[in-house]
This record gives sequence, structure tokens and C-alpha cells, in this order.
Amino acid sequence: MNDFLAARSQMALSLGFHIIYACIGMVMPFFMAVSHFRWLKTKDEHHKNIAKAWSKGVAIFFATGAVSGTILSFELGLLWPKFMQYAGPIFGMPFSLEGTAFFIEAIALGFFLYGWDRLNPVFHWFTGVVVGISGLTSGILVVAANSWMNSPAGFDYVNGQYINIDPIKAMFNQAWFSEALHMTLAAFASTGFAVAGVHALMIVRKRNVHFHREAFKIAAGFAAVAAILQPLAGDIAAKSVAKRQPAKLAAMEAYFKTQPASPLVIGGIPDEKQKKVNYGLEIPSLLSFLVYDNFHEPVKGLDQIPEQDQPPVAITHYSFQVMVGFGMFMMLVGVLYLVAVWFKKHWLEKDWLLKLFIIAIPTGFIAVEAGWMVTEIGRQPWIINGIMRTADAVTPMPGIAYSFYLFTAIYFSLSIVVVFLLYRQIRMVPQLYDKQPKNLQLSHS
Amino acid sequence: MEYVIIGFLWLSILLYLVLGGADFGAGIIELFSRGDNRHRTRKTAYKAIGPIWEANHMWLIIAVVILFVGFPLIYSTMSIYLHIPLVVMLLGITARGTAFVFRNYDAVVDDMQVVYNRIYLYSSFITPLFLGIIAGTAISGRINPDANRFFEAYVFVWLNWFSVAIGLFTVALCGFLASIYLIGEAVDDFDRQIFTRKAVKWNVVAVGCGALVFTAAWVDDIPLIKWVLGNRVGLTAVLAASVSLIILWISVRKGHSMLPRILAGFQASMILLAVSYVHFPDFLIMKNGQHLSLFKHQAPDATMTALGWALIIGSIFILPSLYYLYYSFQKDGFVEDAEH
Repeated sequence: MNDFLAARSQMALSLGFHIIYACIGMVMPFFMAVSHFRWLKTKDEHHKNIAKAWSKGVAIFFATGAVSGTILSFELGLLWPKFMQYAGPIFGMPFSLEGTAFFIEAIALGFFLYGWDRLNPVFHWFTGVVVGISGLTSGILVVAANSWMNSPAGFDYVNGQYINIDPIKAMFNQAWFSEALHMTLAAFASTGFAVAGVHALMIVRKRNVHFHREAFKIAAGFAAVAAILQPLAGDIAAKSVAKRQPAKLAAMEAYFKTQPASPLVIGGIPDEKQKKVNYGLEIPSLLSFLVYDNFHEPVKGLDQIPEQDQPPVAITHYSFQVMVGFGMFMMLVGVLYLVAVWFKKHWLEKDWLLKLFIIAIPTGFIAVEAGWMVTEIGRQPWIINGIMRTADAVTPMPGIAYSFYLFTAIYFSLSIVVVFLLYRQIRMVPQLYDKQPKNLQLSHS
Repeated sequence: MEYVIIGFLWLSILLYLVLGGADFGAGIIELFSRGDNRHRTRKTAYKAIGPIWEANHMWLIIAVVILFVGFPLIYSTMSIYLHIPLVVMLLGITARGTAFVFRNYDAVVDDMQVVYNRIYLYSSFITPLFLGIIAGTAISGRINPDANRFFEAYVFVWLNWFSVAIGLFTVALCGFLASIYLIGEAVDDFDRQIFTRKAVKWNVVAVGCGALVFTAAWVDDIPLIKWVLGNRVGLTAVLAASVSLIILWISVRKGHSMLPRILAGFQASMILLAVSYVHFPDFLIMKNGQHLSLFKHQAPDATMTALGWALIIGSIFILPSLYYLYYSFQKDGFVEDAEH
């Protein structure tokens, strides 16, 4: 494995794991706060125990998210020192603000985790809300740094020099809004479905049904709303990509030849040598419509991009299809759930609906990973779109392959331990969070 | 604005050394304790640092962000030539942070606890060791961009007597800070005696490691004595640290809790001042003499202004809430039976 490939693989691996920890760490506090609020309002202990159980999950994911984030803040330099040397001062603004948000999150989490029955209940609840808001803010700020790589702004690039640097303009780059919106909804949908699915599984297995049903309601509500809004955010993002990064859009759609009334290709196997897609389903004019809101305006194809500036097509296209496919599935489940809540209450008792949620446990995270592959691979060969090539940014230190193997081992073992801990938390629900009153058990026996 | 940013950089390094250091130190002294003694240390340390340990480690992130936004060339040069010790340090941070949380948030208490604990203890030792090695290398003047052999460029830069001695000194300093901190957390006289004895032990170890640093500097031809004592600020800092050490032990004997902590933190800051002042504004000392300076190698003005304001506004949010966090958990019995 050559050093460049190893560096890219290590970065992809680190981001791939971090995004899952980060999504859960920034979304679960909101679930926790809702349940906590319901406890304050109803005084029903179930809600308090749900909030407590979830807060353990938050603590575990916050810690893993914090360390994997620390790793990343060093890895940017360890793997891409040339990139950081020039980009640091330009796109560093969101990072310096993110430091604050992250710090506040850690402080609020300290209060929340250790404040049960000690702090004023409303203040305690408020610290939980602060955990969520500051976590989400961190996420949105970090996305600003990535969107700057896709849509560089806030400097002039003259004769290889970066001049007239304006970090504020760099932060408010064109891609920020659409990327942040898409990512925020993705975090809510993926975490919501994963959490709801786990509780659905316990309901189907008839374990602590009331406890899990109350938990399920909160997570499923967030998940459904986010999944239904997501296609709209996706549309905004795709239109923005078409405008700024035609090469990425063309690779996503495996759209080789520019033509009027551009068709949309669903599925298919892109043949990058012959520059065509085999076995794909072509819908005439749809791509033009999605990008320009009319059926005939031609969308820029890969044939208008110089060969050396083209991203890999097949993997970008596959990732995009996977993301959209799972996104559609989640939207469907979300619609069914809301129909059940508002019109068909008896569906909520049915196993099939719960089973759909169980199937949906991994789908959100698969879609998130696929989406990031589209963003990152679709930007290649650039690390700063149109300005600096990824190959020019890599560290001169040889032997990065060993570093890649090492980090692979770390992330996998870390993830195994996290899953193991969550499994133990869930298994211990009857002992820790939902104790059956003794007399009740007696009256049943 | 550059002074504000440099001030924040120095402050976050200092706070990471003192607060993060005490946190690492809790693991280090547990590692070097046995039996019931170890258990007692663990219990007291958990009570003391449980709610605040995440916050203590944020200072490292702040320092890194300041470096890569404000002083990108320093950050990227360190990333290239100190790649290996940085990776080891990251491994330590990862292992330690997760093992600490896993140890306290595992719903089932069984043999796994032993595994988490072992990882936590060893990484508590390794992380500050490598942090010290990195810091030692930054000032030792071994970084050599002209080296073209792998070991010369990426290994012997940091793997030398001086850097390793600084690493060991950092470990000892962490142990000392933690044991002084824990004296104040003792619940009874017996506990207090145990932690006082530990503090004495770590004080001796720290002084020994300090002597080792000077010896190693002599072996490696680094004029450390001239650097530290050859100017008025360094000399004053060393004197102040020595005098405060005497006051510290008088105050421990008198049964104070807070004053010794403040004095221990003061000593750490004097040590940092003495070593950083002599090279200031140079931050990274290079073999070829082209040192990287906090003045000459900073980001463009617009970035420095924005970064400075971000830090000022951030600290308005962070410092009061951080203070309130420490204050709340200082109140007696607050975390006594925190769920874990």
C-alpha cells in the first residue's frame, strides 16, 4: 500500500467512525431532554429512568466522540500537513468557535451526569438541553470546514499564494447551509432510527414493554420528522453541488455525456473506460428537472471536465444510490409511523410496524457513511476544490501504511467495546432502570 | 491581538499541564500503589475528577486549534517531524479517555473492570510521558528538515536522552500535582496521611527527574542551565518555585487543602515560564537555526483578529461555567454516591 493511499484510507476510516459517534453524541441529548421534560411534567418515574438510561449512552458516545475528534484534529496535520499549513488560517474560524461549543458541552455534561437529585430540577434539565445545543453547534461548525473544502472562499489564489484572507467569508461559504442542513437532519434520522429500532426490538420481545414504548415514541418521532424532511434538504444540497462542483454531480449521477433534456440514471454499473452506464434505468429529462426545475436545460456531464480533474465515477455513483435508496426507505417508514400516530392508532400495537423500525436500525448510518463517501470521493482529486490536489498535501513521512493498520485496529476494537457496553446497558434495563415493584410481581405469580 | 492569542496559547498549555496533569497523575499514582492503598486512591480520585475530567482535557484541543489556525507552519512542522510521538500520545489519550468512561459506565461490574482499569493506568503513564517528550523536542533544537534518512528525520529527533528525561519529569510532575490535589479530597486523617506520604514521595521523584533532565541536557550538549538560569525571568521563576515549595509543605502540615493546590499549580506555571521564556518568541527550535517564531510565523492579520475575538468571546462563556462546575462539585458529598 503506498503512502498516499494509506493516508487517504486512514482519514476515511477515522472520519467514518467519528461521524457515527458524533451523530449519536449530538442527537441523543435531545431525546434525553425530552424524556427528562416529560418526567418533570408528569412525575412518572419511567420518563426519568429513560432519561437516565440514555444519559449513559450519551456519556459513552461523548467520550468516544471526543477522543476520535481529538485524533482527527491531530490527524489533519499528521496526514495532510501541506493542506493545514495553507488552509488552517483560512478555514480555522469554525474550528476555533467549535472549541468553545465543545468545551461548553463537556461542562454541561459534567453537570448533567452528576446532577441527578442534587441540582435544581429545572437547572438540571437545562444543562441537558445545553449539552444537545452545544453538541449540535459543534457539528454544524465542523461541517463549515468541510464545506469550505468543497466551496473554497475567503481568499484569493494568485500565483500559488493565498492572499487577502478573510476567515469570516471562508466560514460563510456557499456550501455551508446546504451541507449543514443535510447533515443535521441525517444525524437526527440515523440516531433516531437506531435508537427507536433497539427499543422496538425490546417491545417485540416483550421486555419491559411500557418502558421501551415510552422511549420508542420519543426516538421514533424525531426520526420520522427528520427522515421526511431529508429529501428536501437533499434536493437543496444537490442543486448547490450542481452549481459549484459539476464534476461531483456528474459522478454521483454517472452522467458521462452532456445532453439536453438530461436523463437521470437509477442503478446501473458505470463503465469508466467506455464512459457509459450498463444496466441502468434511464428516466429522460429528470436530471434536468431536478437540477434546473425544467425538462430541457442540459446538465454539465463528465465530458466537459478535464480527465485529470475527474473524481472516480463508479464508487461515487454507487454510494449516492445507496444513500438515496436508504433515505427513501426511512422516509417511507417515517410516513407510516406518522400516519399511525395521527390516524391509525391501532397500527402502533402491530408487530409489522415495529419490525420495520428494527430493520431500519442500521439504515441511517449506512446512508450517512454513503453520503460522506459521495462528498469526499466526489471532490477528488482535490483536497481544496480547484485549488490544491490531495496528492500534494500528503505528509512526506514514509510508512503511513503501518499507521493505517494501527488505527484500523484501534477503531475496530473501540467500536467492539462500545457495542458491548451498549448491549450490557440494554440488558441491565430491568435491574437498573425499570425495576418491577415487588408486590406487583407477587400478585402475578 | 497576537499577544492575546499567545496569552491564550500559553494559558491553555498551562491549564492542560496543571488540570490535565493532575488528572493523568491520579492514574499514575494509582499505578504505583498497591492493594487497599490502590483502591482508596481510585475511590478518592474518581470522586474528585469524575465530573470534571472531560473539561480538563479540552485545553489540549484549544491549544491545538490555536496552533493550526494562528501558527499553521508550527503546527504542520510539528505534525511532520513529531509524527510518531504524536501518534503514541493520541493512542494514550484514546485508550485513557475511553477506558475511564467504560470503567465507570459499564452496567455490569465483572472481570472487564480489571481490563479497563489496566488500560486506564498504563495509558495514564504513557500519555504524559509522550507529551513531555514532544515538549522536550520542541525546545531541544533537534528537529532537522534537512535530514534525509528516516531515523534521523523522524525518530532520533525525539528519541534522545533529553526528550525522554523531560517526558519522565512530566510524569513525575503529574504525580506530584495529583497527590497534592488528593490531599484536599481526603475524607479522614488516615487518608490525609496516606496522600501526604504520596505527595512527599512524588516530590522527591520529581526533583530526581529534574536532576535527570539537567544531566541528560549535559549529555546531549543542550545548554539548559544557561537557558533557564541565564536570564532574570528564568532565575526569578526558579526561585519563586523553590520558595513556594517550602510554603507548600508548611501549609500541608498545617492542614490546609486549597493553598497547597494553588502553590503546586504555581510551581508548574513557573517551570513552564522558565523553559518557555528563554526562547520566546521562538516556539519550535530547529537544528538549522531557522526557528519557528510565534511572531514571524503567524497567520495573516484578518485570521489573527478573528481568532483573538473567538477566544475572548469563548472564554466569556467557558470560564464562568467552568468555575461554577468546579465550585459545585467541591461542595462536600456532592459526588459521594454518584451513579456509575
